[in-house]
Amino acid sequence: MGKKKPDMIKGTLDMLILKVLSLEPMHGWGISERIQQISEDELQVNQGSLYASLHKLTREGWIRSSWRATENNRRARYYGLTRAGEKQLGIEAEHWTRLTVAVERIMATT
Amino acid sequence: MRWIANLAFRLRATLAPGRMERELDDEVAFHMEMEARRLAQRGMTEEEARRQARRNFGPALRNKERAREAWGIGLIQDLKADARYAVRGLRRNPAFAAVAILTLALGIGGTTAIFGVLNGVVLKPLPFHEPERLVAVHHTMPAIGVDETPLSPALYLTFREHSRTLEDIGVWKRRPVTITGLAQPEQVEAALVTEGLFPVLGVSPVLGRSFDETDGAPGSDATVILSHGYWIRRFGGDPAILGRTIRIDGNEVTIVGVTPAGLRLGRLAPDLYIPLAFNWVGVGNWSFPGIARLRPGVELEQANQDLDLMTVLATEQYGGMPLSTLREREFSSFVRPLKDDVVGRASTALWIVFGTVGLVLLVACTNVANLFLVRAETRQRDAALRSAVGASRGRLARQFVTESTVIGMLGGAAGLLLAYGGHRVLLRMAPPNLPRLEEVGLNPVVLLFALGVSLLAGLIFGTIPVLRYGRGELAESLKEGGRGAGAGRRWVRLRSLFAITQVAMVVVLLVGSGLMIRTFQALKNVAPGFQRPGEVLTLRISVPSTDAPTADDAARTHQQILEGIAQIPGVTSVAAAGSVAMDGWEAWDDVEVEGFPQSLGEVPVLRRFNWITPGYFATLENPILAGRSIEWVDVYEHRPVAVVTENFAREFWDHPADAIGKRFRTAPDTHCCEIVGVVQNVHTTGVGEAAPAVIYWPLVVEELWGTGVLTMRDLRHAIRTSRPDPASILPEVRETVWRVNPNLPLAEILTLEDILADSMARTSFTLVMLGIAAAVSLLLGIVGVYGVLSYLVAQRTREMGVRLALGARPVDVRRMIVRQGGTLGAAGVAIGLGVAVGLTRLMSTLLFGVSPVDLPTYGGVAGALLGVLLLASYLPARRAAAVDATEALRWE
Repeated sequence: MGKKKPDMIKGTLDMLILKVLSLEPMHGWGISERIQQISEDELQVNQGSLYASLHKLTREGWIRSSWRATENNRRARYYGLTRAGEKQLGIEAEHWTRLTVAVERIMATT
Repeated sequence: MRWIANLAFRLRATLAPGRMERELDDEVAFHMEMEARRLAQRGMTEEEARRQARRNFGPALRNKERAREAWGIGLIQDLKADARYAVRGLRRNPAFAAVAILTLALGIGGTTAIFGVLNGVVLKPLPFHEPERLVAVHHTMPAIGVDETPLSPALYLTFREHSRTLEDIGVWKRRPVTITGLAQPEQVEAALVTEGLFPVLGVSPVLGRSFDETDGAPGSDATVILSHGYWIRRFGGDPAILGRTIRIDGNEVTIVGVTPAGLRLGRLAPDLYIPLAFNWVGVGNWSFPGIARLRPGVELEQANQDLDLMTVLATEQYGGMPLSTLREREFSSFVRPLKDDVVGRASTALWIVFGTVGLVLLVACTNVANLFLVRAETRQRDAALRSAVGASRGRLARQFVTESTVIGMLGGAAGLLLAYGGHRVLLRMAPPNLPRLEEVGLNPVVLLFALGVSLLAGLIFGTIPVLRYGRGELAESLKEGGRGAGAGRRWVRLRSLFAITQVAMVVVLLVGSGLMIRTFQALKNVAPGFQRPGEVLTLRISVPSTDAPTADDAARTHQQILEGIAQIPGVTSVAAAGSVAMDGWEAWDDVEVEGFPQSLGEVPVLRRFNWITPGYFATLENPILAGRSIEWVDVYEHRPVAVVTENFAREFWDHPADAIGKRFRTAPDTHCCEIVGVVQNVHTTGVGEAAPAVIYWPLVVEELWGTGVLTMRDLRHAIRTSRPDPASILPEVRETVWRVNPNLPLAEILTLEDILADSMARTSFTLVMLGIAAAVSLLLGIVGVYGVLSYLVAQRTREMGVRLALGARPVDVRRMIVRQGGTLGAAGVAIGLGVAVGLTRLMSTLLFGVSPVDLPTYGGVAGALLGVLLLASYLPARRAAAVDATEALRWE
């Protein structure tokens, strides 16, 4: 589905969602918008995977959801990070760093 | 904490999937809307923006499905799908489904029906408050052969006052009474109860009050508490019943209360409760069943020790039988859970019947497992294919188990229907002395049992084929190109094992019912002390002292009734007695025979006493071996004469005739009385029991126990008629009785045959149950063996073809197959006989006149079963021999 843009690396969507939600609670569409914005349109969220991810993270207890009104008074499901989610974000961020450093190292060899 | 959130989420998804679904829809709709708005802001038309938003989202159905998968309830949804698939599969193969379900229904239905009875009668707690603390209290005097007797008033009072282990104790006594003044005179069961009895049971009246110390005290008004049933039946549940009076045995009595529905004392469900007042308090008079409530935490053994300490106390305080006599008789008191008293011997027969239907269920399950094996085998390639394209073994296994569970549940449902019908049949044919039958029914416990059995059965035979799908085997079956010959060998071995097990179980059941048949025959051959019982109608008539004050008056009233009945056309003879044959009315005492002094320390033997009118032996057709019967002149002149049974006479003299003119007495200081006749033995305690020595007294006797003139006012009249239906005489009998005295009720109307049947009811009930179980299992077992052999033949069609082509004669092929059937059968029979030797010991208390290891039964069962099995293997054998060699070789 992602065509011209690079594919999201498997498993990173969960981490990105947690990261975005650590800034402020947000609804599904907002999350995908925010990811796109911050990545300056480099990353495009597969909107189908988005909700599967959100529901899985909810089940895991890392985020929790509640229905609230948006600024234009539309009812939307907002997701927010839980304490367990913060911890999980820390773990995943650390993993990610180690992975990218390692990959970088390999790619930097000449 | 996280797992709680996880569980809550899954629970919500499972329990309220609709709501989750709606929320997901809302969420997705909102997403599209926002996306469309964003696109519209970039200058797209609204229409275009919406379309683009949808495109950006991707396939909505699939994406929603992916979100749903994240809910983590896939297993449940798979199960639903599997169940749907299983039902579809069964519909496509209705013959398989029908056979499997029917077979299971037989097994589950039978087991459930019997479990229902077992649960109601044996397992269910008594309907009282904290029933586990309720005990029945008994005395025992093993030295004189009395295993248990009801309580003596002296010991009851001592227990009540001094016991540290009993919270409280009450005693009661059964007493049939006559009610007059309401419609027809009526005899009803009343219970005399002490005031402590209702509180001990934790029962309080639904209307009015319980008894207290004032009830039954001398000089106080006579009071009565009605049972709920009697209140409804006679007074239509009148709420203003308290304070009204009824006439009991001719006395005005005030109604002070109504008990809750369904109250029983032991096995008795009295209509009335009357305060019990002892007219003699001392050690002796062992006639009051006792019910006590243990203090919390007290063990039975502690209570027994506590009660035994009080024997001395009772003799000191109340007198009566001296302590030395009690010691001689090895007297002691003991308690037992009240439920054991209520259930009594019924539990053995019920457990045995339950065991047998359990075996039938096993046989049924084995057959269904066999069916499943065949099915699994035919679908092996299908399974292999699915596994090759990625279905995990677990997923395949789940599929099988789901399918078998569906079968199990359907079989269970059909079984419940059977059990429901079975209960109605069972209740009709159950022994009348089977207690608590009103508790029997399909209640939640029984339903739960049926559900459990169905699930278990389904799991078991669903798992067997799964186990057969060993890891390597699936791939192999693909390689084999579908012939499955290699795996076939192993299948055959498993199925042969099934067949052998089945045959063994059938043997056990057949031996069990064979032993019951032999018992029944033995009982039928016992000369019970009467002949042609179908011709004899019996009924109880009680003449109260208000209507006939003296013993002679009572005897005269009975004589008038007897003479009146004798005039009725069709009556060949009529007589009356305190107890007719085995109707359960008992009186026992020891006697001292002149010339045979009891040596000191020798323990006296108890003899059964009965009181009869003239013509008793003639009416029952019990032959008089020597001397004469009782005459009316004996009755009215209070002559000290008696008739005894043959076994009593032979105990002291060589020949019955030698007993005539000999004398005995009941106590050292009473008159001697003379033996005037000897009759054949009578099995008064039931045909299955040894005939006790009986002493027959005239209706009126003097100084029997040093108590002056004594008579039996309550007699069972026996009427022998030549009418085809003895009961048809009843209206004329009633009229005759009421011409003599219109206040006399006719109670317990039974033919002698009914009484005889009742005494054999436990045997016939067990016999019929075992018989049905054995027949069903035999059928299933034959089907099982036949199935295995047919399968074997089908598997080896090619081999048969080769054999025939190479010159084997059809008879050789036939013999080979029959021999195989015979081997299976012989192995099963051998194992079964061994198991039967062990198991039938459990039923030895039900047997009469036959040993648990009865050779004719064992031999007969083994021979007959082997014969039937050989016959069952002949059919497949013939098919094997009829194989067309060329065709078989071309086959496949």
